[in-house]
Amino acid sequence: MPEVRYVKAIADALAEEMARDERVIVLGEDVGAPGGTFGATRGLYQQFGKERVRDTPISETAIVGAAIGAAVAGLRPVVEVMFMDFIATCWDQVVNQMAKMRYMFGGQVRLPLVVRTHTGAGLNAGPQHSGSLEAWAVHVPGLKVVMPATPADAKGLLKAAIRDDNPVLVLENKTLYAMKGEVPAGEHVTPLGRAEVRRGGSDVTIVALSRMVGEALRAAETVAAEGISAEVIDPRTLAPLDRDTILASVAKTGRLVVAHEAWAPCGVGAEIIALAAEHRGAPRVPRGASEGGGVWGAMSGPPTLMVRRVTPPHTPVPFSPPMEKLWLPDAARIAAAVREVMG
Amino acid sequence: MYAGMVRVRSFEERVRELFAGGRIPGFTHTSIGQEAIAVGVATALAEDDYVLSTHRGHGHLVAKGGSLRGLMAELYGKATGICHGKGGSMHIADVSVGYLGANGVLASGCVVAPGVGLAIKRRGSAQVVLTFFGDGAANRGPFHEGVNMAALWKLPVLFLCENNRWASTTAHALSTAGGSIAARAAGYGIPGESADGNDVLAVWDAVSRAAERARRGDGPSLIEAHTIRWVGHFEGDAQLYRSKDEVAEGRQKDPIARLRASLEALGLLDEAHAARIHEAVAGEIEDAVAYAEASPLPAPDDALTDLFVHYPWRE
Ligand SMILES: Cc1ncc(C[n+]2csc(CCOP(=O)(O)OP(=O)(O)O)c2C)c(N)n1
Repeated sequence: MPEVRYVKAIADALAEEMARDERVIVLGEDVGAPGGTFGATRGLYQQFGKERVRDTPISETAIVGAAIGAAVAGLRPVVEVMFMDFIATCWDQVVNQMAKMRYMFGGQVRLPLVVRTHTGAGLNAGPQHSGSLEAWAVHVPGLKVVMPATPADAKGLLKAAIRDDNPVLVLENKTLYAMKGEVPAGEHVTPLGRAEVRRGGSDVTIVALSRMVGEALRAAETVAAEGISAEVIDPRTLAPLDRDTILASVAKTGRLVVAHEAWAPCGVGAEIIALAAEHRGAPRVPRGASEGGGVWGAMSGPPTLMVRRVTPPHTPVPFSPPMEKLWLPDAARIAAAVREVMG
Repeated sequence: MYAGMVRVRSFEERVRELFAGGRIPGFTHTSIGQEAIAVGVATALAEDDYVLSTHRGHGHLVAKGGSLRGLMAELYGKATGICHGKGGSMHIADVSVGYLGANGVLASGCVVAPGVGLAIKRRGSAQVVLTFFGDGAANRGPFHEGVNMAALWKLPVLFLCENNRWASTTAHALSTAGGSIAARAAGYGIPGESADGNDVLAVWDAVSRAAERARRGDGPSLIEAHTIRWVGHFEGDAQLYRSKDEVAEGRQKDPIARLRASLEALGLLDEAHAARIHEAVAGEIEDAVAYAEASPLPAPDDALTDLFVHYPWRE
């Protein structure tokens, strides 16, 4: 399999989908001739022209709003919001328009649109350029949310997102853009809503998001040397969440560590722990009570459940390298959490 | 046009009664006094043109040819409503007539419209999209972002501001620097025009010219139509903030009476003809009310549908 960088995998996915479907257009700040702030749209402008690859004014509300209008009227827009921190400037469009429109109009419209944006600390980009705000999006009904952790998923999930008839937020991690990895050649679409077990194990389940997947795999390696068998799950899609894969693992291990770059309070990790807790011993949750993903089978949870969250401190992301290093969770902290749940 | 305005007015008056009588739940804003704008716009646009509307949007939909039954049933929260009871007064839509939705968040249509314009442009059709917004909404960022984007890309978008002098309880002058909304067009290099929003022909004329320009590929226009709302901001509003004189002024400038006088002077309408129109409209509206009354409420678990196009995870 060819080795491709994460950022190139994104550009490839966009180019393939644009070639496949005339209705796909790309909108965003600096996405045109320059090829995007991080190069994720490189080559598209040259290949598809300025009508389909549009540099926009610095108007996040109008960028996302226009994507909504274009989607309702039959296009399949893919927009880029430069840093996820800035999504706060157009959050109304995401939450009140994009997410609610189909529902409040009784199913009269489809919104096949993708918002790509990037999260992640680690580049000394400081408090307003490093955020991971996936929990905001997962909280909102009507949105699908993916967080690719590898080049293969960066490509496969984006292609699936573009083909989906619903709004999808694709949250890339800017520190992964340079990451190289194998990407299957040819048509490669990763279905939304399916987690990937990155490493099998029997003692403890680690659910890690985005960049933390790599850290979790390193942590699993470390604790393996101590005789602890850790299973590492990358949900890949956060909404709808693949509950089955997570619950099956936790049913087996009874121990759960979650790791992400977003803050702990009301984070996706808290949600996953709640999910596991709801299933401890008791298999059933009423339909609709917690709608959003996964099939509620007759699966029974473990009799006891030990949990830990590995997250940054509840502060903005600091700029200066030593502080940011402390702020960002890493393999050592995940390994420490694993040892704690092992008791 | 006369029948159109009578239809909007009668619909809204009936909504007021039904709301006061407890038949319509929630919050409702009516457009009584502003009918010339809804009807002037709808007459100037083609059937396959799009409109985006506001929280005060019943009239826009009635004028665009939306089903009165479906709209009334929606206001009642019935399963047969155009949005199956999920939207209600402030969130109605009828895509079948190009009405892409009211909006509960002020000025949102101003940024959605450029996207619709972009789709029209790619399709290469001669359609246009018009977005309504209030004078209050013109002070929100999306108005500026949307006008700039549409002007920059020469999109077939019409921005139509209904200036009814008030944003809830706040007077226009207390919230709007520069006074004129139409004058803001100059900053974006597009035509900006002030129109008498109580004169259906003036609105029709301004919108027709703007639409023609947009269809030629010359881009958007901004129209500010001045009008007066006769009733409260929402149903139940005591209106302690404004003088009764303003409502009297509104009634004196009644767009319906005005058109009727012109038509009569031209010999195009007489008492008997007008009576037939009023009677026919009343029949349509009573039919819509009867339909809404007779329609079933949604099943509670209909609440779980219409969010996504498919639900593979439920299968
Ligand atoms: C973003 C936003 N802020 C506040 C409101 C609450 N609100 C609803 S209508 C209204 C006044 C709107 O005034 P205007 O735009 O002039 O329209 P009008 O009601 O006069 O038709 C306000 C403040 C809202 N719906 N959306």
